Amino acid sequence: MSDLSDLAPLRVPTVPMPPPARVDFKIVRERGQREVFCGLTGIVWLHRKMQDAFFLVVGSRTCAHLVQSAAGVMIFAEPRFGTAILTDRDLAGLADANEELDRICVTLLARRPDIGTLFLVGSCPSEVIKLDLAKAAERLNARLFPKVRVLNYSGSGIETTFTQGEDNALKSMVPLLPLTEAKQLLVVGCLADVVEDQFRRCFAQLGVGPVHFFPARRAADLPSIGPNTHLLLAQPFNGETVRALAARGASVIAAPYPFGAEGTTGWLRAAAAAWNISAERFDEVTAPLAARANKGLAKHRARLAGKTLFMLPDSQLEIPLARFLHREMGMRLVEVGTPYLDRQMVGAELAMLPATTVVSEGQHVDRQLDRVRAARPDLTVCGLGLANPLEAEGLTTKWSIELVFTPIHGYDQAADLAEIFARPLERRERLCV
Amino acid sequence: MQLTLWTYEGPPHVGAIRIAASMRDVHLVLHAPQGDTYADLLFTMIERQDRRPPVTYTTFQARDLGGDTANLVKTAVAEAFERFKPAALLVGESCTAELIQDQAGALARSMNLPVPVVPLELPAYSKKENWGAAETLYHLVRALLADRVPAANAPRPVREPGRAPRANILGPTVLGFRCRDDVVEVRRLLEALGIEVNAVVPLGAAVEDIRRIPDADFNIDLYPEISRTTATWLERSFGMPHTRTIPMGVGGTRDFIAEVAALAGVDAAPLLSREHAGGAGLAASQSRLPWYARSVDSTYLTGKRVFIFADATHAVAAARIASEEMGFTVVGLGTYSRELARDVREAAKRLGLEALITDDYLEVEKAIADATPELVLGTQMERHIAKRLGIACAVISVPIHVQDVPARYSPVYGFEGANVIFDSWVHPLVMGLEEHLLQMFRDDFEFHGDAAASHLPNAGKASAQPAAPVAVRDAAAAAIATAAVPDGPIWTADGESELRKIPFFVRGKARRNTERYAQERGVAAITVETLYDAKAHFGR
Repeated sequence: MSDLSDLAPLRVPTVPMPPPARVDFKIVRERGQREVFCGLTGIVWLHRKMQDAFFLVVGSRTCAHLVQSAAGVMIFAEPRFGTAILTDRDLAGLADANEELDRICVTLLARRPDIGTLFLVGSCPSEVIKLDLAKAAERLNARLFPKVRVLNYSGSGIETTFTQGEDNALKSMVPLLPLTEAKQLLVVGCLADVVEDQFRRCFAQLGVGPVHFFPARRAADLPSIGPNTHLLLAQPFNGETVRALAARGASVIAAPYPFGAEGTTGWLRAAAAAWNISAERFDEVTAPLAARANKGLAKHRARLAGKTLFMLPDSQLEIPLARFLHREMGMRLVEVGTPYLDRQMVGAELAMLPATTVVSEGQHVDRQLDRVRAARPDLTVCGLGLANPLEAEGLTTKWSIELVFTPIHGYDQAADLAEIFARPLERRERLCV
Repeated sequence: MQLTLWTYEGPPHVGAIRIAASMRDVHLVLHAPQGDTYADLLFTMIERQDRRPPVTYTTFQARDLGGDTANLVKTAVAEAFERFKPAALLVGESCTAELIQDQAGALARSMNLPVPVVPLELPAYSKKENWGAAETLYHLVRALLADRVPAANAPRPVREPGRAPRANILGPTVLGFRCRDDVVEVRRLLEALGIEVNAVVPLGAAVEDIRRIPDADFNIDLYPEISRTTATWLERSFGMPHTRTIPMGVGGTRDFIAEVAALAGVDAAPLLSREHAGGAGLAASQSRLPWYARSVDSTYLTGKRVFIFADATHAVAAARIASEEMGFTVVGLGTYSRELARDVREAAKRLGLEALITDDYLEVEKAIADATPELVLGTQMERHIAKRLGIACAVISVPIHVQDVPARYSPVYGFEGANVIFDSWVHPLVMGLEEHLLQMFRDDFEFHGDAAASHLPNAGKASAQPAAPVAVRDAAAAAIATAAVPDGPIWTADGESELRKIPFFVRGKARRNTERYAQERGVAAITVETLYDAKAHFGR
């Protein structure tokens, strides 16, 4: 009844995908108020990742306010994102919204000659009034291409949650990717530049390659795709993109996500296996890296082991991170919430959670907070709107948005990832006021 | 459509949330999609609120559209009432819900809840946050006082002899500028005058406090952006007069005391006579600003160029303080508050300026760059502009960030507020003697014009690499301030080098003036002499 799966429709792929894992434990499905960002929020990191791209939200003042509030408000003097705010005139039809949008895009691009890709980002109001941004992109491309390429996707809150914005943005680029027959590895999902460089070095040492990253640091540098492209997934929330890439012939390498030493080893091993790299070579390259990661993790394990954890739904990273925190850090999982459950993307990770875990999909925030209060976990991972109120109730919290704004993937970030969860506990121990 | 990079105000429903979150027993049901809950973090993070704002979001999705979004409203209203037991319920819609026209307010009313249900109209495509807050407060007060409105032309009841005069303080909210401390300061002033505070609304108020509003003799319209609409209605319906002055700055506070005393029928003289310049050392005087401003070390403040951009209330008050109490020269004055733009226009006119009325961040940035001020008084947006242009800045108005909600007592209203203002406006400036030495020995490798003031934290960092920041800053200022003039005069090396000796905050202006001077006289190459000729020509 209250299945939220239509927020993220699961289409049956026509090409090989890892089979959904069997999960035996009960999933709590809830519907109600969601304390989760909408997909527009992804712009905050996407515009930093792709340095030649501009993200123009077509929406309301709420959209503009949301993005600037989520961005910690005004980090960048002139950001590569903005909002075309709909006004009464646009709604009353006095101004042709399409003409207005074209005018704004042209003005904007004249101001920013460094922009090579313009994303028109749909919002709740633009979806409701059925402003056709695909048509707008087509029209603008006819005028601006090849100097600027115009793409469109939806980040609206009626259709997307938080990290689905990245999924939709990447998916909008898939049809543009040139075809290649060559065997190659394509890492899918936005990664911090430093992490990308580490993985590049690691793949080179292993002999896995050529390796491309999607998205690249410039939106214009589109990777190729084809039947011999192997997809290695860096983020669990890009399901639609992965399915679109698979539809273009690529196959998915089944692997855990590269969080923690175990996850990173599993992730690299799966890629190495696809390139027939010997076990000896794999160990030779990864063992020292894994040892270094484990050394870093050890000191945080002392603080985290045995502690109870409650994760509220936020970024879709919850299930793989719960796996890491349970298996490598020894935390006890009370409840792991996720905005929606994409079994193709996280089924295998889900199977690695202990059977006692309550996994919840969707949210009814008041009821969930009742459960948090009843469980009084040692650590609650939640959004910024909830953290201080819970701290005021004596609970220790970690605000989850830090997990998408911090490099957390790979061996050399494993300890940083653990530290994110250990810090609030350490802080509470230190404070005696 | 309007292109916006940063917005000064949120949408009107955020204003409605500010009213609900300011009060103790009011709940707001907002018909809104997922994502709009971002507003919660403004309260819990910027203002460090220790409770969630009392808002329930209906969280409708695409698949609900055309289906039962109306039912979602009813469910949300019923659940919110059951769980939070509010004494009054506000019902509004965010921008998307406005488009689907479910009439959330009417639906909620039809449920016959045993508490007042106040529907809100929050037109998201034409109005903004402050308007939404003002309108929400007005509708709430009006709904709660509906049965107390006296018949038209009924005489205002006379205060019985012996009872102290009573006032309501209207307008302070969460996410306002220093409201928490301003209320304490204004309470102090009223107490000193023998006036009782009947109710403070909405900050910290309960529904019962609003019901008591007519028991007071008059209203203090403390934050007109939020409370003017309500104060005007109370004057019209209950014959309650309200204040027009804002107690910000020493002059503003004195005027406020005089106005309040007149409304209450009490004598302001005992309070006002204690406050005089030179009285800082006397325990009787609460205000140190007049003496500090007269103190000779403040001489260097004379004529400092100040650009002011804020909400209307704080902008107008800041302009008066800057010119009358600090001895600055106001070189720019503006606001994003269109509703109260007239006040700002008048204030600007008195200073011989044209007010900048805009909510376009880029327009403000350009105006600041053009005015080449030495100090910017603004919102957190102007803080970023000033940082980019290398100009000192103090924040005087919302929108704010977390560092503008200090832990210590720091009002900006009342005499103590004036003391706070003196400190916080002077702090970002380069101090007097330091400034002289900078001008005399411009090429000192660690003590040069582009080093930050020595008492500011990044001083060491800036002096390590003197050349780069100059170029960057000059380039940024030039790029914003002036379009390159094709075929204009060129700068000779010695002219350029002399230009660099001019303090950076007026360098852009000196460059433009000199170029204009040269162009008008057909001088092709600008030398040291041209620079000084131009200086003499334009000299202030």
